[in-house]
Formats: sequence, C-alpha cells, structure tokens
Amino acid sequence: MTRARPKKTGFSLRRACALCLKEMRQILRDPTSLLISIVLPVGLLFIFGFGISLDTNRLSMGIVMEDHGAEAIRFAAAAGGSPYINPVFADTVDEVKDDLKLARLRGVIVIPEDFTAKVLAGRGNATIQVLSDGSEPNTANFVYAYAHGLFESWLADRADALGMSMEGPVTLEPRYWFNPTTISRNYLIPGSISVVMTIIGALLTSLVVAREWERGTMEALLATPVTKTELMLSKALPYYVLAMVATTICVLIAIFIMDVPFRGSIPALLLTSTLFLCSSLGLGLLLSTLTRNQFNAAFAALNAAFLPSILLSGLIFEIASMPVVIQAVTYLIPARYFVKILQTLFQAGDLGAILLPNMVFLVLSATFWFGLTAAKTRRRLDG
Amino acid sequence: MEELAARIDGLSHRYPEQDDGQWALADVALRVREGVITGLAGPDGAGKTTLMRIMAGLLRPTAGKVDVVGLDPVRRAAVLHARVGYMPQKFGLYEDLTVMENLVLYADLRGVVGAERATQFERLLDFTGLRPFMGRLGGNLSGGMKQKLGLACTLVGKPELLLLDEPGVGVDPISRRDLWGMVQSLAEGGMAVVWATAYLDEAERCDALCLMNDGRVIFSGKPEEQRERMRGRCVHVRNIPGNRRHFLRRALGDERVVDGVIQGENVRLVLKEGVGQLDGRLLATAPGAEIVFVEPRLEDAFIDMVGGGPDGRSVLAETMPAVRVGDGVDVDAVISAHELTRKFGDFTAADHVTFNVREGEIFGLLGPNGAGKSTTFRMMCGLLRPTSGEAHVMGIDLKRSAGRARQKLGYMAQKFSLYGNLNVERNLKFFSGIYGLKGQVLEDKMARMLDSFGLDRYRRTVAGELPLGFKQRLALACALMHEPPLLFLDEPTSGVDPVTRREFWMHINALVDKGVTVMVTTHFMDEAEYCDRIALIYRGRMIATGPPDELKRQAADGDLAVPTFEEAFIRLIHRDDMARKSAGGESA
Repeated sequence: MTRARPKKTGFSLRRACALCLKEMRQILRDPTSLLISIVLPVGLLFIFGFGISLDTNRLSMGIVMEDHGAEAIRFAAAAGGSPYINPVFADTVDEVKDDLKLARLRGVIVIPEDFTAKVLAGRGNATIQVLSDGSEPNTANFVYAYAHGLFESWLADRADALGMSMEGPVTLEPRYWFNPTTISRNYLIPGSISVVMTIIGALLTSLVVAREWERGTMEALLATPVTKTELMLSKALPYYVLAMVATTICVLIAIFIMDVPFRGSIPALLLTSTLFLCSSLGLGLLLSTLTRNQFNAAFAALNAAFLPSILLSGLIFEIASMPVVIQAVTYLIPARYFVKILQTLFQAGDLGAILLPNMVFLVLSATFWFGLTAAKTRRRLDG
Repeated sequence: MEELAARIDGLSHRYPEQDDGQWALADVALRVREGVITGLAGPDGAGKTTLMRIMAGLLRPTAGKVDVVGLDPVRRAAVLHARVGYMPQKFGLYEDLTVMENLVLYADLRGVVGAERATQFERLLDFTGLRPFMGRLGGNLSGGMKQKLGLACTLVGKPELLLLDEPGVGVDPISRRDLWGMVQSLAEGGMAVVWATAYLDEAERCDALCLMNDGRVIFSGKPEEQRERMRGRCVHVRNIPGNRRHFLRRALGDERVVDGVIQGENVRLVLKEGVGQLDGRLLATAPGAEIVFVEPRLEDAFIDMVGGGPDGRSVLAETMPAVRVGDGVDVDAVISAHELTRKFGDFTAADHVTFNVREGEIFGLLGPNGAGKSTTFRMMCGLLRPTSGEAHVMGIDLKRSAGRARQKLGYMAQKFSLYGNLNVERNLKFFSGIYGLKGQVLEDKMARMLDSFGLDRYRRTVAGELPLGFKQRLALACALMHEPPLLFLDEPTSGVDPVTRREFWMHINALVDKGVTVMVTTHFMDEAEYCDRIALIYRGRMIATGPPDELKRQAADGDLAVPTFEEAFIRLIHRDDMARKSAGGESA
C-alpha cells in the first residue's frame, strides 16, 4: 500500500487546544465539577472562617463553693469578672460532676470548705482543686491556665483590698506581632486556601482522568494520534485555570468578607500558587493514572493529598509539636510549604527569607510529581 | 490482487497481572483483507478484545508477528493511530458534549481541518442520519444513535482499517441492521473492516470469518464453508406430539445427535457426520412427527467444532422434588401483571403492561435495551413500586407484601450476581440464609446442590475464579436453594458461549418439568425461541404477545412468508412505529 500520509507524530498545538476546549466544556457542563471546584471551597472557607476557631474564649467552668467565707467569695468574684470563662456556680462537686462528664463544663474549680479559714490563718497551706477533662488535653491546658489566671487576679484583688501592692519586680506584657489580636481566623483562612487548591488540583483532576478510563473515552483517545504531552497538558491546564479562579474567589472572600489582612503582593501570591498547583495537579494525575477508577482515585486523593494538607501541613497542628518521625514526613507534603507561604503573605508580607526556601521546595515537589506522572503515563493500555 | 490491511502470525498474549498462566491469545493467525468485513466471532473471554487492542496499537503482544497497514503497531504506534480507526466496546463518546462537538474533537485530533473537514462532516452526517441531532448532547442519544455517532467519530480522517469491537451490543435490532448496512457500504468502498461479535448470527453475515474460542482461532475462512460442511445434518422436527421439551431431552440422549435446541413449537437438531437420516427409536417416541432438513447456521458448526452440546440430562432436576403451587392459586395466573405502569418523571418506562403466566410455563419478556422490560421485571420482583396497576405472584399482591412474595421466587440477576471473593460453599450458604434456610435442612440441600451441579470439586474455590459454565451453575443453584415455585431470570445467558447457554436451558427445561414457572427477560432472539409465550415490549408498551411461532406468523406477509424470529421482531416493531406515527398524525 502506498498511500501518501503525513507522518507528523510530534506535539500538535491544534490537538492540545481541542482537548483543552473539550475539558473546559465538560467542566462548565458538569454540575459536580463546579460543585467541587467552587461551592465546596467556599463552604470550606466559611467553616474555617467561622466554624473553627482555635481560640477558646469563654470556657464554661464550674466553680464549686464548698466554702462561703469572704475569701471564697472574693475568688468567685474574680471568676465572674473574667472575660475568658463562663462560670457556673455550685455548692457541691456532685452537682457538676455530670456536666463535666457530658462536657457541658470544660473544667471545675473546687474551693474547699476550709479555704477562708486557712487563708486567714496565713500559714500558706490553703488549697483549691482544679478538675479538668484529660481526654481533651488541649482544653485541659486551657482550664489549667485560666484557673491559674483566676488565682492571680484573686491575689491582686486581695492585695488591693488589703492596701498592699502586689507589684513584682517584673511584669510580663505580651504583644503578638503580625497577628496583634491573635485571631486564629487570620492564619487559618490563608492556610485553608491550600486545602482548596488541593481539592481541585488532586481530587478533581484524579476524578476526571479516572472517569475517562471508566467510560471508555480514554481508550478511544489513545487510539487517535494524541501524544502523551498533549494528553497531560489537556488535563493540567484547564484545571489549573479552574483552581486559580477558585483561589481568586477564596482570596477575595477572605480579604473583603472575612477581613483577613493581606500584606503581601499579588504577583507573589500568583507565583507561589502556580508552583503549589503544579505539585497538586501532578499528584492528582499520577493517582488517576495508577488507579483508572473513580472510587479508588478519590480515596487515594483523599488520603495522599487532602488529609495531609489539613493534618500535616501545620495548618491546624503545629509541626514543631509533632513527633520527630511525623515531622520528617511533613517535608514530603507540598502543602506544608504553601501554608507557610500563605500565612507569611497574608500576615507579614513578601518576606523573601521565608518565601524563597519554601518556593524552592515547591519547585522540587512539582518536578517530582510531574516527572513521576510522565514516567507512569503510557500511550498504551498496558504498563 | 487483494491488499492485506493486517497480517498476523503466531500471536500470543498473556496479561502480566493474570498469574493463573492463562493465555488470552494463543498462536493466533489472522488476515484482514481490504474491501470486506472480517468477522471476529466468539463468546465472551475468547480473546476478541485483546486481539483488537493489539491491532490498534494499544497493547504490546507477548509474542508473534503483527503487521497492521504495513506497520508494527508497537514501534510505529503514532503513525498507526492516524491510519486505523478503532471503536472500543465501551464506546468513547463524550456524553456531555454535543454530537457536533464530539465530531469536531475527533476531527481536530485526527488532523482533519478546513475544506476537507466540511466535506467529511457533510458525508458522515448524511451517512449516519445524525444531521437532525447535531446539537444534542451525546448522553441524550439512544443506544443506536450513540453507536452511530461512535462510528462517525471513528471514521473521521478516513481510516484504512476500521476496527469495531462488538458494535451491536446494547443496540436494538433495527439500529443494528442500520449499522451493519453502513459498515457494509464502507467495505464496498474499499475499506478493511474487522467486526467483533459474540453473536454468531451476526458473524454469519461477514465476508470472512475468524472464529475464536478460549484464545485460539478454531476456524478461519468463509462462513459459507462452515455452513456447507453442516449441510444435510440440520433438521427440524415438526408436529411433535406431546411435550417438545421431553422430545428434545430424548433426542439429546441419542448418540446420533450432536446438538439440539427448541425453536418455538419445533425442535432443531444437528446430526453427527454421516448419520444421513434420523429414524428408528427416536422417532418411534414421536409418532406423526415430521422431519425437515433446514438451512445450517454458523452456530451449528460452532457447536460441532467444540464437540457438541450437553447430553440433555439435568441431574439437578432429577434430584429436585416437584413443586406445586399452593391451593387457591389460579394455575392460569401464577404470575400476573395488570395495567402495570411505571413513570420516571415525564418518562413512562412501562405503560399499562398486562399479562398472565400459567403454571409450568416459560414466559419471556423480549425487547431492545431501554424498552422497559427490566422496569417491568423489577416491578414483578417487588424491587420497584408501580406508579399504577397491580402485580401478583402466586396470588400475593407485590404492593402489599413484597417480602412474602419474594420468598416464593428464585431470582437470578444479569451476569450472575455472585460474591466473587466468597467460595462456592459460602455463596450457597449466604443465599440460603437470606431465605431462612439453616441447620440440617441447609446442610442436606447444599450437599444435594453441590452434587447434582457437579460443584463438589469446586467447594472451596472462590466464585470469581470459577469457569464460566460453573459460575452459571452456581448462580442457578443459589436461586434454587429454597426450592421456589417461580424462577425469574434476567438476561440469563447474554455473552455466554453457545454450549454453556444450552446447558443452562437444559436445566431450565428440566425445572419446568418439575412444575417450576419461569419468567425470563432477554434481548436474544435465540433465547426467545425457548419460551412458551413471549411478550414483546417496545417503548414501554407490550406490542404483541403469544407463542414465538404465533408472533412469526403475525409478522409474515407477502414478501416474507417464513420470517426468522429476528425478522419478525423487527417487523412488529416497525409496524408499531408506523401505527404510532399515524395515530400521532390524526390527533395532531
């Protein structure tokens, strides 16, 4: 057979554009992809913004007054005046035991019946008891700290009343830089943008590629002259655009609706987001290439990208307080670097010293995931 | 001299992930000529898809020489893809793109642009009749239309070789005929076409045939050669006095008979080579029966090649006690549907379906995919609530006590819904448990089932790894553990090889002898022939009902005195379409 056929087998812009256009149309027509890429992220942002707060203001605490003497009442007054706790008064421990059990109260301070007597005796052996729920260590620490605070303010009140000065040689006056009011929203929201990007980059991408395998469209595509590069590009580019749109929406909501300060520059934000998305998209593509099944791809994306982006990125749990082994693992999570970058951009500004090293890691991670995907993507159905 | 579009020799393939040492293809040779349709036929799992994928450059074969349009599909894949059109079985159509967008995508991918694109699109849209649907989303097309769009997308860029993997599956007989006509005209235009199919009647129409079984080519040549070989060996036994199923069983027990099936009122037999005429003992049991030589079919040859069908005895039925419907149940309506209607939104999936099934009858619901037979079937099992109308089994109203009704019926779902990772024994135990069997009764019944179905040696084998025929036996055994008087079968043998299908029907026939009433859905014409009566379902409505031969007579007219069942089916559907059109015209 001698039919003249052009033997163009390299990259074709026309094919790449056709595939990207197809992908864009599918995104716009498929309600689930819009749901995952726009509705879910905005919902998540609001949960992070208003639902989750790591500040435990107004902790409900029981104050058990077994003693009704003057000093006990002074202590109770200090509790009533505290802006941090919401006191519930009782006469015996039994009255509040169930509330503590059911976590209606986070802690209980017991003022024993001999409290006033012992204080007045002035032998320094007066005690108060603090009960807290050890199954929630974080809250228990707060309870202890607040109880300690109450004790200090009671001491001050007492000194005041007795006409004595309590001034020690040093007064600690903490000031929190970058987030002066230490509002957790101000660092949670920027960090949560990385979660949003992970959802679109890894979860959505892995779903759409796996869907092509399931519906048999991938087999039909592979039987055309499409090249590997065109195929990967058509999956990465449209979802990159989609993720950037979603990110822009999230940033706007964060700044204008949630009043999160933004001190960095837009170009720095765009650049770092692009770098992070490359890792995320790379991971998503890799997972779907390996699983070829929507259920498995989603499950893998959830475990390999989504959960680490929340749990191991330092967004909610401080990396420094993790066990050493886990800390080592966090270096493999691209979200770790991006969360740091986002928090810096929002709260501190374009600090090259922090941004640059993290960006280097993002580049490495993007290269790694994309490289692996390229190596694992086949032009055939078999390995 | 004719050109070869593909030349394959000594091709073997094994999937690396399959560790059972099974060869998907073993020493396959194939020649694909230009200008003809080459049929690649064989049951599911014969290796058709593997062979197609290798020709399309999508799999690297383990061993052998493959040459497709003059290229090595592994090393020259990129060039090959531009010159070969491949339509996979699970078709690669984008459901959320319109007909036109799908076409444009494939045109872009195949580099068909400018004026060339315009002319090709014109031609393809006319050719496929898709022009009125250009703006419709792919997902909203009917099964037949989807397949035509798939073909159009594959044809963009004028491939030299067209590979079609089971294009007739899931398509109604009319669209299937259209599709065949379209491909035929392409072949006449000089294109080389490979048409893979599990239906031997489809394969019979191909110009060249490659018949496969178990990864091997068992015949390669013209279908006529095979039919010729069988000439004089195929007979119809007509006017059989008494029960034709009993006659079939006796016939299959006769050593001169290779194969036999029920065809409506008659029994079709294939005789051993050199037998000549059937006489003597067998016919003495059917006085007055008439023997007529009939045109051989490819299926006859296939069964003959693989060593004949089963011998007609069903040990299962021999050990199973006879079932009787309880007192007070109308023996003429052990299953009954009355004005059964089911709507999904605006769409009426089943529209006033009414029928009665007599005790000991095999009743078939026949219709193309999407006609509403599954909807009707599910309502009869109590799995779906009717929008209006009533369904009764054994006099029990399915609306009120579906649970009690289900206890009376054995249900075998499509594709044998067994637990693939449980072994044979556990599958049986599980399904018995559902029906409340336990203790010694369960043990006894299980022992009998395992024994009579020959499943004893597979007791501990997980169901997923059973050979197809044994999977089918196990599925049937699971449905029969509680000895139900009614048996519901949903597409029981689609995709199954002809021998396994015969074995299955042998069991069903034997069960009917024991008084079991069977309701079966199918889109398989052959299967319909086994039924005593058939309800033809089309677009939600029952358009005809009666014994298969009666339906054939209804469809017969001047042009076609003795239609095959498929021809009858197409005609009856066509008449219904016409009637609806004229009714619509009057009311408008």
